Amino acid sequence: MERFAAPPAEQAPSYKPIPATTSQLTFRDRLVHWRARFGMGRMHFRVAPGLHRLGAPDGTSPVFVSANYRLSFDALRTSLSGMDAWILVLDTKGVNVWCAASKGTFGTDELVRCIAETGLADRLQHRRIIVPQLGAPGVAGRQVRERTGFSVVWGPVEGRDIPAFLQAGLKATPAMRSKHFPLVERIKVTPIELEQAVLPLALVLALIAATMLVGGSPVTGSAFLRKAGPVVAAVLAGAFMTPILLPWIPFRALAAKGALVGVFCSAFTCLALGLKWPASLGWILLPTALASFLAMNFTGATTFSNPSGVRKELRYAIPAQIATAVAGLVLVFLL
Amino acid sequence: MIYLRNVATITLDDSKCNGCGECVQVCPRAVLAMAERKAHIANRDACIECGACKLNCATAALSVDSGVGCAAAMIRTVARGAIRGNRRAPPACGCSGSPGCG
Repeated sequence: MERFAAPPAEQAPSYKPIPATTSQLTFRDRLVHWRARFGMGRMHFRVAPGLHRLGAPDGTSPVFVSANYRLSFDALRTSLSGMDAWILVLDTKGVNVWCAASKGTFGTDELVRCIAETGLADRLQHRRIIVPQLGAPGVAGRQVRERTGFSVVWGPVEGRDIPAFLQAGLKATPAMRSKHFPLVERIKVTPIELEQAVLPLALVLALIAATMLVGGSPVTGSAFLRKAGPVVAAVLAGAFMTPILLPWIPFRALAAKGALVGVFCSAFTCLALGLKWPASLGWILLPTALASFLAMNFTGATTFSNPSGVRKELRYAIPAQIATAVAGLVLVFLL
Repeated sequence: MIYLRNVATITLDDSKCNGCGECVQVCPRAVLAMAERKAHIANRDACIECGACKLNCATAALSVDSGVGCAAAMIRTVARGAIRGNRRAPPACGCSGSPGCG
């Protein structure tokens, strides 16, 4: 990204020089992707907003619009192998195209601003930009045309379909327009789910340790493990196993899916640890509530939930989760 | 994968539809389809209420309550609203400042 293009002859001098990019991922790029997946400073992995050039684009080359999130930008450029193209990066504050579109940062105003600021019209002989279809919740194609003269062509949902899309004369097949949620994508988002579960887990474990101290029972490793085991199982059930097994778990509500996986996982853990009645029931109820809650939070990462459904789910699930957790706590600590 | 049944708020006024087909192009869930030069809702339960169709409809034939569909964001909003006495604030996704939204 350090190399800059020699400005084309017709370029107005006020425009910034255009950084060059490639369609290859370096080792460092891949390292950044792993760190981003595990939430390590991912918000710092931003791409400079503005125009980038891939290969040696000219006035007839296609323009692809992207977000300034590294994973979005990299998914696009690696799909354009061997091509000469312009990449117009919007300032989405380091957020991916789809999430930024629903926030409005990947939006009509930002796109119009970027087109003007980069002098796109002066560089091109055509008036067409390819916008990822998942940007459509934020971009009104019609308004972009009215305000800039550029017509918006909706590109495929997945970058890997771009070559076929171009081959077909900028036509996306119905399959290219649909967003699915295959196993590999569900695996990719679980590290962030687990990370978000770390705080609740730490709180519950601290509570367990505190009650052991207050109750006067000797705090040994095995005594702590017998109590912590079911809770750790619940976190794995809600934040890891439920996302992975998602399509194969019965029920539609994620809270219900999480509760089911939670029941199985905590029951198995109780058996493995040899816990006795009634504590064992408590150690099933409490983790089940936790697993259900964590699974419900996965709605933010799925590609098929909707806000109305999440609202409905919360209305029923939160009281049920609280009641289950309280019942579990009573059984575990008071009986 | 399909989420809860009969909750999606998408509606289509076919008297306003001009049959341009833009909604079918932008929908990532194949909720909308064309028949006899008009759009219709072919699979309501697949709708994720992203709002792409509504924003890109030239004649305002489509309406949907779109917004942030993340449980964590909604809980946060309700909690903050309860503290500040504002129960009507729309949920705000906090992903810009923190991990999340893979």
